[in-house]
Amino acid sequence: MSVITIERKVLEKNDQIAQKNRDDFTANKVFPINIVSSPGSGKTSILEKTIEHLKGKLKISVIEGDVQTDNDARRISALGVPAVQIVTHGGCHLEARLVRDAMDNVDLHNTQILVIENVGNLVCPANYDLGEAHKVVVVSTTEGDDKPVKYPNMFRNSSVLIINKIDLLPYLNCNVEQLEKNALQINPSLKIFRTSCTTGEGIDQWCSWLELQVLK
Amino acid sequence: MHEMSVAQNIIDIVLQHLPDQNAHTVKSVNVKIGKMAGIVPDSLEFSFRVIAADTPCMIDAELKMQLVPLIIRCNGCTKETNIDDPVFMCPGCNSADVTVLSGTELQVSEIEIEDTT
Repeated sequence: MSVITIERKVLEKNDQIAQKNRDDFTANKVFPINIVSSPGSGKTSILEKTIEHLKGKLKISVIEGDVQTDNDARRISALGVPAVQIVTHGGCHLEARLVRDAMDNVDLHNTQILVIENVGNLVCPANYDLGEAHKVVVVSTTEGDDKPVKYPNMFRNSSVLIINKIDLLPYLNCNVEQLEKNALQINPSLKIFRTSCTTGEGIDQWCSWLELQVLK
Repeated sequence: MHEMSVAQNIIDIVLQHLPDQNAHTVKSVNVKIGKMAGIVPDSLEFSFRVIAADTPCMIDAELKMQLVPLIIRCNGCTKETNIDDPVFMCPGCNSADVTVLSGTELQVSEIEIEDTT
């Protein structure tokens, strides 16, 4: 019997590919964000509003991740923005390799913001670097104010929190101040936006922030 | 349920370090798992068994998981705290300016192998 010391990160292969993605984004002056949330919190709706807001100002490309169907890529394409769909066929998260493959179909020279919309899941995508500049986590008010406490990894690993469906607050038992407090205890540097894709509230602020990051 | 992908990565790393898959079998695989690594140990064990069963030199390999506590150090008062709940604030002075010292690890630390007889 002999012992072999290894000391290697389990996800190092993913991290290495993510770094290659990041290098390509930097070389092409692309600002990449990775949007994560549970299913149904409004990632695609926020993206649609963002595109409507920034179209004509900034060149946006989108990589959509879903377990099944290309519904989301079709929604984005309908707005005149190039969208590549990754179907994971059951896979619960995107990995750097899947994004790298999808990048073959993205015109990086003509992209200023690349939005990667992850598979709806607050657990697994937290662990996988895709090469993004920021993870943006979306939580909707219908999910309750304890989401950050239940899924701390995602909130710790994200730099932006969007609290969506803010217009529904009067009808829900969700304390948005408590939600923000819970999130900030896990990650004090989180930048927070409150949005509604129905009324348009907060979309201006979110898009202004995004614009500023791209033009930095 | 990304533990299946994690288990596959663990086994890939082990096989890369095995001098000869025909001459050795793996007795155990030691893995460090941080409390904040987002891994469910039972789920990882299950996934590891499924993949190991299809890997001849690893069929009997035991997965030894060393769980690493989540420890933060306050950058203000330097107090170090082992935290149970994911509240990244110093319980001594309430500062949110803290450094995570451990608890996010996910790595293969060592393997035990023996010659195939």
